[in-house]
Amino acid sequence: MARIDLDHIRHAYGPNPTSPSDYSLKEVHHEWNDGGAYALLGPSGCGKTTLLNIISGLLQPSEGRILFDGKDVTNLSTQERNIAQVFQFPVIYDTMTVYDNLAFPLRNRRVPETEVDRRVKEILEMIGLSDRAKKKAQGLTADQKQKISLGRGLVRSDVSAILFDEPLTVIDPHMKWVLRSQLKRLHRQFGFTMVYVTHDQTEALTFADKVVVMYDGEIVQIGTPAELFERPKHTFVGYFIGSPGMNVLPARIDGSSVDLDGEKIALSFAPKFTAGAKTELGIRPEFIRIGREGMPVTVSKVEDIGRQKIVRASFAGQPIAIVLHEDGEIPAEPRISFDPAAINIYADSWRVADSLPAGGEA
Amino acid sequence: MEKTWNNKAWFMVLPVLVLVAFSAVIPLMTVVNYSVQDTFGNNQFFWAGTSWFSDVLESDRFWDALTRNLAFSAIILAIEIPLGILIALNMPKKGLGVPVCLVLMSLPLLIPWNVVGTIWQVFGRVDIGLLGYTLAALGINYNYVNNVFDAWVTLIVMDVWHWTSLVVLLCYAGLVSIPDAYYQAAKIDGASRWSVFRYIQLPKMKRVLLIAFLLRFMDSFMIYTEPFVVTGGGPGNSTTFLSIDLVKMAIGQFDLGPAAALSLIYFLIILLLSWIFYTVMTNSDAKT
Ligand SMILES: Nc1ncnc2c1ncn2[C@@H]1O[C@H](COP(=O)(O)OP(=O)(O)OP(=O)(O)O)[C@@H](O)[C@H]1O
Ligand SMILES: [Mg+2]
Repeated sequence: MARIDLDHIRHAYGPNPTSPSDYSLKEVHHEWNDGGAYALLGPSGCGKTTLLNIISGLLQPSEGRILFDGKDVTNLSTQERNIAQVFQFPVIYDTMTVYDNLAFPLRNRRVPETEVDRRVKEILEMIGLSDRAKKKAQGLTADQKQKISLGRGLVRSDVSAILFDEPLTVIDPHMKWVLRSQLKRLHRQFGFTMVYVTHDQTEALTFADKVVVMYDGEIVQIGTPAELFERPKHTFVGYFIGSPGMNVLPARIDGSSVDLDGEKIALSFAPKFTAGAKTELGIRPEFIRIGREGMPVTVSKVEDIGRQKIVRASFAGQPIAIVLHEDGEIPAEPRISFDPAAINIYADSWRVADSLPAGGEA
Repeated sequence: MEKTWNNKAWFMVLPVLVLVAFSAVIPLMTVVNYSVQDTFGNNQFFWAGTSWFSDVLESDRFWDALTRNLAFSAIILAIEIPLGILIALNMPKKGLGVPVCLVLMSLPLLIPWNVVGTIWQVFGRVDIGLLGYTLAALGINYNYVNNVFDAWVTLIVMDVWHWTSLVVLLCYAGLVSIPDAYYQAAKIDGASRWSVFRYIQLPKMKRVLLIAFLLRFMDSFMIYTEPFVVTGGGPGNSTTFLSIDLVKMAIGQFDLGPAAALSLIYFLIILLLSWIFYTVMTNSDAKT
């Protein structure tokens, strides 16, 4: 168990990187607290696996340092860093039994056989494969293989951190839920530092205390699920978190007044940004009220998704999504208004901080 | 989807059947024919039954040659398979080294047998050959013409030089098919170099190794050209393998009957041994 500091890490796969686009990881400077449960969220190709491999030592970063509890480990091997990692594509040792697969990381470290047996049985129980312990791993199904892969990551109790790279992709939803709660239980019990990569935002939001959102080789925001939801630091986070994502509308800003293609909104503060920046207003569909008051809108479609309705509409020449309660009504000439506290202003895609200290910047 | 049945399709395989018939089945049946008949010349043949077979099987000459064959195959397999694996493990996986290594490895395979034989025959000669001369100059008494041990060493070294590449290339193909994730997982699991070989690389190479093993076994069991060119079966009969003996019998002495019987026995031995190896190796694979 350790605190992990990433000190100005950059990584390029090719030799001699020059422009920022040569870097798969642009610049990551971040601290993972000891015992924290982090979810790493981001679209395909944004550098999540690269970041994990750098932490575990499978990959040497092109630039920057990695510290475990303040000790520089940049040049230490994976073995010396003592990290467990579960891979995106399950790896199993075909010729070994399920039991031996799980015992492998322990036996390699000369753990006494009684301890091995105790740990392996515990993990077998957890992943629900006790009845197959003595079977060769070769004939197993894809999800069983993934469980073994996961189990091998969890079997060691003395690791500095456990890194999960989308460990549950091929597992069915119910089992996924079971395993995720088991992971949380293990986390509480042993206090591992955990980093959990996923594409799936619900998975990220339920698993982690802190969610790290990556986009195009950079960490764009780190925060609690609530912070990500209410104060997305980057328009990408706005789109990516939440379903439907945040509405981002082109806006002309003059002092504390916003002009959305003719519709004017007064802000409680005057955003500061460099002149000439592309300015946008972000508002989550959940914070738009539809009724007889406010700005005119043309409704094009209403999707009923159970407890809520999603209204697709056109506002100031832009498509916009609005969340309406199940029993909410859309009047004949609908108008909308934005909850002032939920408005975020973006300059060149990055959020412009409001003067209010509330809302917790990460 | 509906399968279409069309019996005319059989005509498509006809050319192959004809080809196989003329190139394999008919010659083989001719041999079978010779093996059960005797002749005193004048193209007159008599039914000889299984007498040629029992003659061959009862002769020391056959058993001695067979023992030599088995010993030779066992020795070269014991050298070429581990050596091939070792070289394949140490070949580069990416970069400019890959094509260079592959071409270097393929070179010996491109050289015809009798050329290999001639190269080594000259190479090993004490009077003009580089190897023979150097060894002699170093005070090592090396002479493949007179010394049985030297003759065997020469044949084995030749075969290893000529054919280890085949094992290397096959193993290499198996090795490069292993995804990186396996090596990464092994590092995380703290596996030793040996464990990586034992639990990741060897299982992935198993299939190609089986092929390499069978190919090298069958080929070495049929060895002919090298001893024919280099040692001519000598000194004495020490490198007279079944194939050499067969040619001596059939062409040298023109004993068609026993020669035909011997070639059939020879053929059946190869078939039987290959089948046994194959079954044993694939069964150990399926066992859980
Ligand atoms: N071994 C490699 N060699 C060269 N480029 C690579 C390599 N691995 C990844 N990349 C590149 O680095 C970038 C980040 O890749 P990475 O695998 O870290 O993404 P990811 O966030 O894990 O994506 P996914 O969700 O699809 O797994 C991608 O553009 C990818 O093409
Ligand atoms: Mg990945």
